[in-house]
Amino acid sequence: MSSKNGLFDLADVTKVPTQFNHAPVTASDRPLRSNSRLERVLRSGRFAVTSEIHAPDSADPADLYKNALVLSEVCDGINATDGSGAHCHMSSLACSTLMLNAGYEPIFQMGCRDRNRIAMQGDLLGAAALGVKNVLCLTGDDVTAGDQPEAKRVFDFDCMHLLRTARIMRDRGIFLSGRELESAPKFFLGAASNPFVPPFDWRALRLAKKIEAGADFIQTQYCYDIPRFEKFMQQVQEQGLHEKVFILVGVGPLRSAKGALFMRNNVPGVWIPDEVIERLEQAPKGKAAEEGKKICIEIIQQVREMVGVHGVHIMAYRQEKTVAEIVERSGLLSRRSRDQLNGRSRRVSAPAEAVAV
Amino acid sequence: MSELTRPQMAEAQRKPGSEWLKNHPRILEVVYDGSKTILKLMYPLMNRISPSFTKKFMIWNEEVVKGYVFNCQMCGQCILHSTGMTCPMNCPKNLRNGPCGGVRANGNCEVIPDMPCVWVQAWERSRDMGAYGDDILLFQPPVNRALKDSSAWINMFEGIDEKPLVGWVSVAELEGSL
Repeated sequence: MSSKNGLFDLADVTKVPTQFNHAPVTASDRPLRSNSRLERVLRSGRFAVTSEIHAPDSADPADLYKNALVLSEVCDGINATDGSGAHCHMSSLACSTLMLNAGYEPIFQMGCRDRNRIAMQGDLLGAAALGVKNVLCLTGDDVTAGDQPEAKRVFDFDCMHLLRTARIMRDRGIFLSGRELESAPKFFLGAASNPFVPPFDWRALRLAKKIEAGADFIQTQYCYDIPRFEKFMQQVQEQGLHEKVFILVGVGPLRSAKGALFMRNNVPGVWIPDEVIERLEQAPKGKAAEEGKKICIEIIQQVREMVGVHGVHIMAYRQEKTVAEIVERSGLLSRRSRDQLNGRSRRVSAPAEAVAV
Repeated sequence: MSELTRPQMAEAQRKPGSEWLKNHPRILEVVYDGSKTILKLMYPLMNRISPSFTKKFMIWNEEVVKGYVFNCQMCGQCILHSTGMTCPMNCPKNLRNGPCGGVRANGNCEVIPDMPCVWVQAWERSRDMGAYGDDILLFQPPVNRALKDSSAWINMFEGIDEKPLVGWVSVAELEGSL
C-alpha cells in the first residue's frame, strides 16, 4: 500500500515507531555466535517474535511451505519441531533445511529422546553444513506421550549435555572424543525453560546451569500464569541472568475451556490457572476462541513490559493464521520496520488494535 | 535405564524404611562419609588379597544396600550425595542435571503419573542436607555407559568415574577461549 512502482517509500518507515525493547548487545558483552537473523534481531535490542511450525506428515515440501509462508510474515524465526509429543512427523533437520532453502529462518530443534551422542554430534555438524544457524536443545517428550509408546527411549544425554556438546564443537572445534573438526560449526544455541511447574525455587538456578552449558537464548513453556512468571523473572534478575541470555516467553491462544482443561491435564508441563479457564467458560457461546486470543494478546502485552524479556515464542498447533493475527493485533509489528531486517520491501503493518489490559 | 518398567519404578518407592531414610538425608550424609572413609582404607588391602573377590564383593554390596535404599540402577558413577540422596537414574529420562519441563503440577513424574518426580524429591531433600546440599547445582558430565554394572566405589577410588571425556572441555576453559 505504500510502495510506488514497487519501490519502498521511506516516508512510511519514519512513521513506524521505533523503540528499543532492551539495550543493544555489544561484542564485549557477548560475542557474536552465528550471525543468524534471530540473533541479529535479539542483539539489536528489538522485541523478537518466534513461532513453531507443525512439521507435516507428508513427503511433499509444499505442505511445509504453505504453513511457513504464513508464519514468516510475522516471525523472526520458526521452530522446526523434533517429533513433538513423541509423534512422528517430517524430521526437524529436513524441515529446517527446506525452510532455509526457501528463504525462511528456521530454528532446528534437537531432542535427546531419539539420538545417542554419536548421532547428535553428526547431526549438529550436518545441520551446520546445510546452513542451519539456530539450534534449540531439548530433553524431549517421553515416548509414552506419543502414539508409539512401544519405542525404546534413548536419553543418552540430557539437554544440558547436548548444549555443552554443541558449544564445545562451536567454540573449540572438536568432537567429545577430542578429535578435531576441519571446520567448526557456528550456532546460536537455544534451550527451553519451564518456570510454571515444580520445583519452582530451582527453575531460575537451573536456567543459570543452562547458560553455563551454552544457552544463548531461552524459549519458555506456555505462560498463562503471570504472577508465577513474575516471581521467576525476579529470581532471574537477582542473578543477572537476563544480561547473559535472551529470554523469549512462550504464549499461545486457547480455543475453549474444554481444550484448556484437556491441555492442563494431558499435555506434560502445561500449567493453566483456574482464572484463565473461568474466563473462557464465561465467554459468550461461540466466542471462546476470540476470548482465548484476547487472553494471549494481553499476556504478550504484559510480558513485553517486563525487564529481561526479549521476545515471545507463539505456539499454536495447526493454527498458523491465528499466530499471524495475534502478532498483528498485539502491536508487535508496529514497533519496528521489519523490512530493514528482511532486506525486502513489504507493506507497513496496519495500526495495532488497542486491547484493554 | 530404558528397560525399567512401570511396576519396577512404582516398587522403587515402596521398600519399607527406604523412604524414611531418604527423607532424612542428613543421616545418609554421615553414612556416606563414614563408608567412604572405611572403604577407602579397606580397599587397597582387599585389592591386594584378591582383586576379583573385592570387585564381586563391592558390586554385591552396592546392589543389595544401595539397591534397597535408593533403587540403585548400577550406573557405576554414583552422584547420590550431589542429588539430594535421590538416585537420578530412576528418572525415566535418565536426567543428571535436574528436572525436565514435564513435571506435573502435583510434583509427579510426566512418564509415570503415580511416581513423585525424582528431581522434585531430590531438590527438597538437598535443602535439608548439610555438607553436600548445594552440590545439586553442580554440572554433572554425561554418563559413561561403559561403567554400567561396575562398582561405583571402586571407580571412585581408582579415579575412573571422574576421568572426563577427552573433549569435555571445562566451562572455564571454554570461556577463556572466546
